[in-house]
Amino acid sequence: MPVEIDIDHVARLARLSLSDEEKDRLKRQLGLILEHAARVQEVAAEDVPPTAYAVARSNVFRPDEPEESIPHELAMGGAPEAEAERFKVPRIVEQD
Amino acid sequence: MAELCDLAGTELAARLRSGEISAAETAESSLRRIEQVDERLHAFLNVTPELAREQAAAVDARLAAGEELPPAAGVPLALKDVLCTKGITTTCGSRILHNYVPPYDCTAWARLRKAGALLMGKTNCDEFAMGSSGENSAFGPARNPWDLERVPGGSSSGSAAAVASGEAVWGLGTDTGGSVRQPAALCGIVGMKPTYGLVSRFGLIAFASSLDHVSTFTRTVRDAAALLSTIGGHDRDDATSVDRPPQDYTAGLEEGVRGLRVGVLPESFSEGVEPGVRDGIRAAVDRLERLGASVEEVTLPNAEYAFSAYYLLAPAECSSNLARYDGVRYGHRAEGARDVVELMMKTRGEGFGDEVKRRIILGTYSLSAGYYDAYYGQAQKVRTLVIRDYEKAFERVDILVSPTSPTTAFRIGERTDDPVKMYLSDIFTIPANLAGVPAISVPCGLDEDGLPIGLQLTGPTLGEQTVLRVAHAFEQDLGFAERPALLASLS
Repeated sequence: MPVEIDIDHVARLARLSLSDEEKDRLKRQLGLILEHAARVQEVAAEDVPPTAYAVARSNVFRPDEPEESIPHELAMGGAPEAEAERFKVPRIVEQD
Repeated sequence: MAELCDLAGTELAARLRSGEISAAETAESSLRRIEQVDERLHAFLNVTPELAREQAAAVDARLAAGEELPPAAGVPLALKDVLCTKGITTTCGSRILHNYVPPYDCTAWARLRKAGALLMGKTNCDEFAMGSSGENSAFGPARNPWDLERVPGGSSSGSAAAVASGEAVWGLGTDTGGSVRQPAALCGIVGMKPTYGLVSRFGLIAFASSLDHVSTFTRTVRDAAALLSTIGGHDRDDATSVDRPPQDYTAGLEEGVRGLRVGVLPESFSEGVEPGVRDGIRAAVDRLERLGASVEEVTLPNAEYAFSAYYLLAPAECSSNLARYDGVRYGHRAEGARDVVELMMKTRGEGFGDEVKRRIILGTYSLSAGYYDAYYGQAQKVRTLVIRDYEKAFERVDILVSPTSPTTAFRIGERTDDPVKMYLSDIFTIPANLAGVPAISVPCGLDEDGLPIGLQLTGPTLGEQTVLRVAHAFEQDLGFAERPALLASLS
């Protein structure tokens, strides 16, 4: 059974604008892909711990010492729009 | 006649030190090849001749000053365009990063640069390394030097095509589900994915962080060992980097396979594998046995679920990693948005191609409330089972054998309408990414259409020495010396 996806909801979560044609196509294709992917549910694994990283390391620290880093101008160099050493975007807060 | 760019890196190193050749001559040889073939091949998105010449001159000067040079010195190199190069545009094969100039170098390139490798340019790839054919590049596909109507494989399409055709001698790619081993197989060269964390991911633009491996393209196994020795070893800038100093992987290469136990996966001969590939793998197994290895059948019972788990885990990580492309700090920004959410949605809608959108949506869905446990959580458990399968297998055998790809190079356009069929290209390579174990693809002959077949050898975690040693013994005995049709047309 192909899986039904609320594509508008998912696209909104992903902050991705899609055309109607793209939505139709993705919905169909993702249904098929998920049908394959859902096979993981056939595996009995209640008592199996999940793996995030195959070669696991945890609490990797290094000495917290100040050192030279990328200069401000270079880090900001690719900004589509900047002002006063800050990234500039359209308004975020609703206006009255 | 073979040019300098057709030689192995280790051979170039020997000739350079004996004074027979200069690094400048080697650079010119590769640049000439790029000029001859790249219009047809489209392996490069950006060629860097000035930089290559400058670096070659520096190598020649170091040599003249009597300096002892590392093996990478004077070797022409191609870098997949997902690896950050300071001051050199790095696009990930995507419109959204078409103008991105990184302010720093990735660790792998920084180490090669220091060692004196010559950067020929940045190579074409599937957008954000998502694909198995190179056709998802926003800048048009690279082609296979064995047959220009066919794909070179992917996602590291350009680096594979470049190394196979002599445009470069060494190449770096990234392997998340087979993106180096599969194109190496389809282009008739050597592709090595080391243990997860052995090569730093710092400066590699992430697709799926727990599955991404910086990996190598070369034309010989000895070169793969030399290249891995140059880029491997601990890096404090990558928290997942394995805590081991750099190592010389060329040591022990000649030890042969006598007494080693080889495990053959029965799926290698299943219906989904092309007859020509099956024959090639069968002959390769016989060869290993003749060379003194013992052969037995070994199964990875959960490998059949690895594919499903991968197509949940990789898109999930992708959807999270690619959230950063929002048109705020770098890259493409959509015009005319009224507020910041619209800016992000439009920027991403315009900037990403079909495959990337597919995976972002798939990943977002499988991580969303109500579906997480059934999909992502369950896939992580399957991953544990796949790892345990490998651990059990390596109690019995030293190395596992299978095809790298179930088919040889397919035609451009043949699979673009069927994502699942395209994804199945990676059915043999995906499990090693889930488990983080080292695996290599070496050429094992040609099929009836004259297209290369790749043999995959997989070893246990940090078993690079064994993988390379078996691959080297196989390569030396086989003596694969066929050259891509594109090169035959040059002479």
